[in-house]
Amino acid sequence: MADLFKIRAQKKEDGLTEVRVLMSHPMETGRRKNDFDEVIPAHFIQYVTVTLNDNPVFEAQWGTGVAKNPYLTFYLTGAKVGDMLCITWHDNLNKKNSSVVPVI
Amino acid sequence: MQRRKFLRWQLGLMAAWLMRPLYLLADWNQAAFEASKPEEAAAALHIEHAEKSDKISIVAPDFAENGAIVQIEVHSQLENTESMTIFAEKNPTPLIAVFQFHAGIQPSMITRIKMAESANLKVVVKAAGQYWMNEKFVEVAIGGCG
Repeated sequence: MADLFKIRAQKKEDGLTEVRVLMSHPMETGRRKNDFDEVIPAHFIQYVTVTLNDNPVFEAQWGTGVAKNPYLTFYLTGAKVGDMLCITWHDNLNKKNSSVVPVI
Repeated sequence: MQRRKFLRWQLGLMAAWLMRPLYLLADWNQAAFEASKPEEAAAALHIEHAEKSDKISIVAPDFAENGAIVQIEVHSQLENTESMTIFAEKNPTPLIAVFQFHAGIQPSMITRIKMAESANLKVVVKAAGQYWMNEKFVEVAIGGCG
């Protein structure tokens, strides 16, 4: 899968904004072995931070137990159409990725 | 030549300054995430005794075919929910995730986790300074931790 980071933040009729996220990441536990019986080193997202118009919404710390290509859905209260939602992740190998989308 | 190098270095510094995180990342809780028993992980997270609460709901399959991807939903109706912590009790490292909520978000999360084997999913919520928990047993056909 390409380096994808899909976010969709949609304001619903009930006033909540449903945010659905799909991140591309191997989330290797460090316990799997490849075809040559070598252990594949751990490579997983450790932090996720979410801001709305630069104000923190939530932070998460993750371990290897989150599934590969992490999926998240959460609900914002009080967001307005046009507000900017930014999601960033950092992993244990110091890689990171960030994506910004407007609330639609 | 030296001046150009210096200017480039200065630009680099400025870029790094502009790209600084607007928040401080707390240290990743290695002791908690690497603990092999749920009680040890909870202790490393300083979770005190958590009373069971049915205001915490866990939506997860009764039977999961593939332990590598188990979709779970966690919702808290406890007032002033500050954080949610998820454990899969029989995973080699039971602590899955910790979510810290700020303003503007409903204390709910839907995500996909790995489960090594059939076990209890335990969710601990911190609300108004107190800890509450709930759990749900999920049967797993094929373990997903590798």
